[in-house]
Amino acid sequence: MDTKTLSIQVNGAHRRVPSGISIADLALELGLEPTRVAVERNLEIVPRSTLAEVQVEDGDDYEIVTFVGGG
Amino acid sequence: MTDSWTVAGQTFTSRLIVGTGKYKSFEQNAAAVEASGAEIVTVAVRRVNISDPGQPLLTDFIDPKKITYLPNTAGCFTAADAVRTLRLAREAGGWELVKLEVLGEAKTLYPDMRETLKATETLVAEGFKPMVYCVDDPIAAKQLEEAGAVAIMPLGAPIGSGLGIQNRVTIRLIVEGAGVPVLVDAGVGTASDAAVAMELGCDGVLMNTAIAEAKDPVTMARAMKLAVESGRLAYLAGRMGQRRYADPSSPLAGLI
Repeated sequence: MDTKTLSIQVNGAHRRVPSGISIADLALELGLEPTRVAVERNLEIVPRSTLAEVQVEDGDDYEIVTFVGGG
Repeated sequence: MTDSWTVAGQTFTSRLIVGTGKYKSFEQNAAAVEASGAEIVTVAVRRVNISDPGQPLLTDFIDPKKITYLPNTAGCFTAADAVRTLRLAREAGGWELVKLEVLGEAKTLYPDMRETLKATETLVAEGFKPMVYCVDDPIAAKQLEEAGAVAIMPLGAPIGSGLGIQNRVTIRLIVEGAGVPVLVDAGVGTASDAAVAMELGCDGVLMNTAIAEAKDPVTMARAMKLAVESGRLAYLAGRMGQRRYADPSSPLAGLI
């Protein structure tokens, strides 16, 4: 098993994660419920239905958002 | 008689849309939404809190299955940012009905109409149904409608100002010229302002601060519900004409 770590950005902050994980795994590792967030990877929307299939890659830049109060 | 209105194929009974910002707590926010009778709430799209992911979420208090979430683009100053935000919103919620606002500057939060029109065109091409915050300009309103906006939402006064409707003439002209719903968005301060918007023939009113910053938001939410309803009824009833001088209500005949 590959034990290397990947260097990524999540919501503007640097982070290291184990290689071989999916975006859904990443969300769970961050304590987030993947069904309640939307994910943008390198400026492209990742459809929620594919979060468990798309692998996190070194250098990826993620924006993970949800709904908050607003006018 | 049921008095409903329809936007992008969705029919609503309440003509009041309320925001979910600036409340002291989610509980107070939920109670105000309940008291307002609103069927649509606006929400913002923001980064998740990664440092404290266990924090309660808006969706825990206001159920998106019962209340329609209308994602906004508050804080966006370019068409590109607004479109990016709403693409994320669509993925997060799965809804095409969105509120577009592209701001021109932080001081007045006045809309940038050039960017707003550009963003409207892009969103429509991507299948979104944008309800569009705009200046109270009948020509700009027409251009947005031609670009595919599903509702026109002119400001009554600057966002969060509570100054009430500053230009009744332009709001009325927008209403008369529009083939899609018109909602006053921004500037309402108190119940009479909401009633004025409805008396001018608007299909609805959108507000946040007027309720959230009232001393008692839940009571103000109810006041706004009643004001929107009574303003709508007055519009449907057709108000009396205005005269320059007095006209007695009691008969002149038979005076002793």
